[in-house]
Amino acid sequence: MTDTTNPLGVDEHSHGAGVQVPDSKRDARTRSFATADFPVPTGREEEWRFSPVRKLSEFFTDAGTEADLQVTNELPEGISVEEISLDAAQELGILEPEDRAAAVAANRAKTVTHYSVPANTELEQAAIIHADGTGDEITHGHVVVSVGANAKATIVVEHEGPARYSELVSLVIGDGADVTFVSLQLWDDESQHLGQHDAIVGKDAKLKHIVISLGGDIVRLNTNVRYSAAGGEAELLGLYFADAGQHFEHRTYIDHNTPKAKSNVHYKGALQGKDARSVWIGDVLIRPEALDIDTYELNRNLILTDGARADSVPNLEIETGDIAGAGHASSTGRFDEEHLFYLMSRGIPEDVARQLVVRGFFNEVIQKIQVPEIEEVLNERIEDELSRSVL
Amino acid sequence: MSNLKIEDLHVSVNTENGPKPILNGINLEINSNETHAIMGPNGSGKSTLAYSLSGHPKYEVTSGSVTLDGEDVLEMSVDERAKAGLFLAMQYPVEVPGVTVTNFLRSAKTAIDGEAPKLRHWTKDLKSAMESLRVDPEFANRNVNEGFSGGEKKRHEILQLEMLKPKFAVLDETDSGLDVDALRIVSEGVNRVKESTDVGVLLITHYTRILQYIKPDHVHVIIKGRVAEEGGPELADRLEAEGYDRFFAPTA
Repeated sequence: MTDTTNPLGVDEHSHGAGVQVPDSKRDARTRSFATADFPVPTGREEEWRFSPVRKLSEFFTDAGTEADLQVTNELPEGISVEEISLDAAQELGILEPEDRAAAVAANRAKTVTHYSVPANTELEQAAIIHADGTGDEITHGHVVVSVGANAKATIVVEHEGPARYSELVSLVIGDGADVTFVSLQLWDDESQHLGQHDAIVGKDAKLKHIVISLGGDIVRLNTNVRYSAAGGEAELLGLYFADAGQHFEHRTYIDHNTPKAKSNVHYKGALQGKDARSVWIGDVLIRPEALDIDTYELNRNLILTDGARADSVPNLEIETGDIAGAGHASSTGRFDEEHLFYLMSRGIPEDVARQLVVRGFFNEVIQKIQVPEIEEVLNERIEDELSRSVL
Repeated sequence: MSNLKIEDLHVSVNTENGPKPILNGINLEINSNETHAIMGPNGSGKSTLAYSLSGHPKYEVTSGSVTLDGEDVLEMSVDERAKAGLFLAMQYPVEVPGVTVTNFLRSAKTAIDGEAPKLRHWTKDLKSAMESLRVDPEFANRNVNEGFSGGEKKRHEILQLEMLKPKFAVLDETDSGLDVDALRIVSEGVNRVKESTDVGVLLITHYTRILQYIKPDHVHVIIKGRVAEEGGPELADRLEAEGYDRFFAPTA
């Protein structure tokens, strides 16, 4: 296993082995609500070069469709839902689309679904949003979650069924609020899902953003975090298991634009089967004003069979040295034969030993999720992946 | 009464430059309730013997045989050897991330016994074994060997020996890297298993130190992949006094 763990020295602005310094500044990318500001991707662009763009052409078409996801809400007391306009959503302070698919989704979604939790409200249970696909027609969605100051909320979106879904998800987190947002991709095999998830994190607020991608043909999710004031904390967790032919792409971008903020990105994935593919791109920008921030990002991939491929690229741009810490780790490797030998030498059969190692690999992320409402479905799905495995 | 028989065992290790012969015809026989010390200088093939008995994929048996109660061990997979009653306490146990000691031990016990252990007895036995080995109860919730000190890793190996109760245990340099207190605790653990079961022990060591705690019935000296000399406990005393030099003296 190649491991490029290399915490960066604060005084020294050198980048360790394995970190790429991007050709152009991350901040230089277009951000806009106008679809016309984004040319149709060719696949040569930095943000699209790992993606199967040719299979995604309809996601770039600037046209609405009749299709909708079938949504069922299980909402505890304290959270409400309403339909609002894009203008109203923008007034809430949401971030702008960063690529054409997100711009199309924002403009072509029939409505903006706005979930709101008032200030000083604590949800006793997670709000569960079941979003079921209804077919292969392109579906646009825009979801806004706003959580008021000092409120506490967990929101879970569970995607299932057949769909070709393009979404913009905008989280607006008030000062001192504590928000957990989970996006579960449990789609049918043929489903495709492009998404941009944005969070604007308030003063001393906490965000835990969790992405779990297990089902679908293509899942490509960009998660972007910015801070509206000092002292915010963002933890981005990801877990994925790509089988033959599946393309799971997760991009995270932490824009450290305020002092004393924290960010921690932790994505782990396993791959098995022919043309199983994963991409993780972790961008972190530490702006000159981001004094005393602390950031760490990690991605690990476990390749279980021949024919699978994982790309893992951490990008760090550091514009001030006056920070508490900035580090990264990225590794992609095969099964460690010594792990297997150790377990088998205690009588554990090979298939059980392999499952133990894979479960162990995921455990590190699972232990951090701490959303009881999804534990069962998550365990079930991972067991299902393991039982279908060609280990 | 069980019997482990190693006959004319030749083993090569796979290296980048192709297979390299390490064992050149080892003969050894051990019965239940016996303790045999396998001694020899570094590079003599002691650990290779241990790993090839457990079936590590890096080692290739080129000829010879190993039988456990007449059954061909070399035909068995790694897990089948453990189920047949072989146990290897490793010199360098590996970390298994995300797999807790409890989960690991229960999976191993279930695999070896063919059924899950009765929860109440299991918990009680584990607790008492851990107390005897002076390991923190919190140990059970930690991931296997992750962040363990050298001494903790060795105690964890002996904990497994106590819980899995094999017919034959191969202890590969279990004494290396242990201070006097840890060596005593680990040795007491081995002696407890010897008293409570019929385990036969193959104690692989470079030094005689551990033999003060775990008394061998037989001593075998391995030099350059062969058994160069065999005897009783007095042979260990002679090695303590003279070292291995005489085995390398130029022959006339």
